[in-house]
Amino acid sequence: MTEGDLAAVRAGDRRALARLLTQVENQTPAAEAALAALFPHTGRAHLIGVTGAPGTGKSSLVAELAKVLRRQGESVAIVAVDPTSPFTGGAILGDRIRMRDLAGDPGVFIRSMASRGALGGLARTTADAVQVLDAAGFNRVIVETVGAGQSEVEIARTAQTVLVVEAPGLGDEVQGIKAGILEIADVLVVNKADLPGAETALRALRASLEIGHSAARRDTAAGWTPPIVATVAVHGQGLEELAGALDRHRDHLRASGADNARERARLAGDLESRLRGALYQRLLAQLEPGQFAQTVDKLQLRELDPAGAVRQLLEAAGPLS
Amino acid sequence: MTERRIRVLIAKPGLDGHDRGAKVIARALRDAGMDVIYTGLRQTPEMIAEAALQEDVDVIGLSILSGAHMALAPRLLELLRANGQGEVPVLIGGIIPGEDVPALKAAGIAEAFGPGTSTEAVVAAVRQAAARKWAKE
Repeated sequence: MTEGDLAAVRAGDRRALARLLTQVENQTPAAEAALAALFPHTGRAHLIGVTGAPGTGKSSLVAELAKVLRRQGESVAIVAVDPTSPFTGGAILGDRIRMRDLAGDPGVFIRSMASRGALGGLARTTADAVQVLDAAGFNRVIVETVGAGQSEVEIARTAQTVLVVEAPGLGDEVQGIKAGILEIADVLVVNKADLPGAETALRALRASLEIGHSAARRDTAAGWTPPIVATVAVHGQGLEELAGALDRHRDHLRASGADNARERARLAGDLESRLRGALYQRLLAQLEPGQFAQTVDKLQLRELDPAGAVRQLLEAAGPLS
Repeated sequence: MTERRIRVLIAKPGLDGHDRGAKVIARALRDAGMDVIYTGLRQTPEMIAEAALQEDVDVIGLSILSGAHMALAPRLLELLRANGQGEVPVLIGGIIPGEDVPALKAAGIAEAFGPGTSTEAVVAAVRQAAARKWAKE
C-alpha cells in the first residue's frame, strides 16, 4: 500500500478500497500498516450491526434499510458475513442475492466476508474491515452477521447500534428471557410481520422487555428501552420507522455519553484480544520446535492433564523476550 | 498472515431462470475451499462487473444457458477492463456451442465449458486461473 493507495481509499476509490479489504481479510503486513495509518480517520461513521437467526430476513432488511438511508442522502457500506464450512474451509457468500436493487448506486459499497472459523458471528477481521470503510468516509457502516442463535454476540462490540431481527414462529416467550442475542439488542425488529404469528412474536418480545431489559448493556440501560419495529422487508414496509429508531438510538448514545463508554469498551476488548493473540504467538516462538505437538501427545496418553500442560509450556517458554 | 483463499464470483447473467448449474458449481468450489460469492439470477454485465470490483475477486464464473453468451461475455470483459480489472479471468459454463468457443477465447474468455463437464474439471480450471492471476501480481 503506497501513500497514494491510502489516499485513494480515503477518497472512497472503490478499487483501492476493495483491494485493501482483501489484504485486511488475509491479515497481511501491508494491511497492518494501512490500518495503522487509517486509524486516526476512524470513529466517524455510525456502525450498525444486524443479527438474528438464519431465515429471519436479515439480508433483505439490510438492503431495504440501505435504500431508505440512501434516500436521506447517507452513504452506506455493508459488510455481510456468511459462515465458512468447518470441513472444507470454503464458503458460499450469498447475501448479495437479496441486495441486487442496490447495484449501480455509487453511494453503496457491499463486501461479503467468510467467517473463517470464528464463532462469534463475525470473521476475526470484520472489525478491521469496518475501520477501513469508516475511514473511507461512509456515513453508515452496516454489518450483517452470520445467522446467529443465542451466543453470537461479537457484534455488540463492533457496532454502536445493534438491531436484532426476529420473525414469526421462531420460539415462545421463554426464548426471549434466555441469555443471548436479545440482550444485545438496541432495536428489535419483527420482520415478515405479514405472516401469521407476527402478533404473538411482537407480544412475546414486549413481554420480555417488560420483565426487564437486560443489564448486559448497562451503559444504555438508563433511558433507553429497545423499540420494537414491525417490518415486511420484501415490501419495504416499516423501514422508515426502523431508520428513525436507529437515528434515535445514535442520538441517545451521544446525549448520554454512552457512545464514549462503548467506544472505550470496544477499544479495550480489541486490545485485549490482540494482546492475547500476540502473546500466544510469542510464546509459541519461544518453545522448542515440536514441543506443542509432544505435549498434545502426552495429553492424549493421559500422561499429563490440560492445566498441567499449560504450566509446563509456560515454564518451558521462560520469560518473554 | 493467514492463507490467501481464492475469491470467486459465480454469476448468472441473462434472463433465463435456471440456476441449478450455477449452484452446483458454487457448491463444488466451496467444497474445494474457496470463498464463493454467489449473486443470484438475472444479473446484467454491469451488476457483475460492479460486484467483481467491490468483492475484489480472483476469478469470475458465468453460467449462461440463454444463448446470449456472445453478447454478454464480451460486454463484461469490456466493463472489467474499464474498471481496471482486465486481469481477472472469466470462465463460462452452460450451453455454449463448440463453434463459439474460439471466438469467446479470442475475445478474452479464459475457458468455456459445455454441458457434461465434471465439477472437478471446473475446480481445477478455477484454481489454475487464480494461480495465473496471482503470479502476475
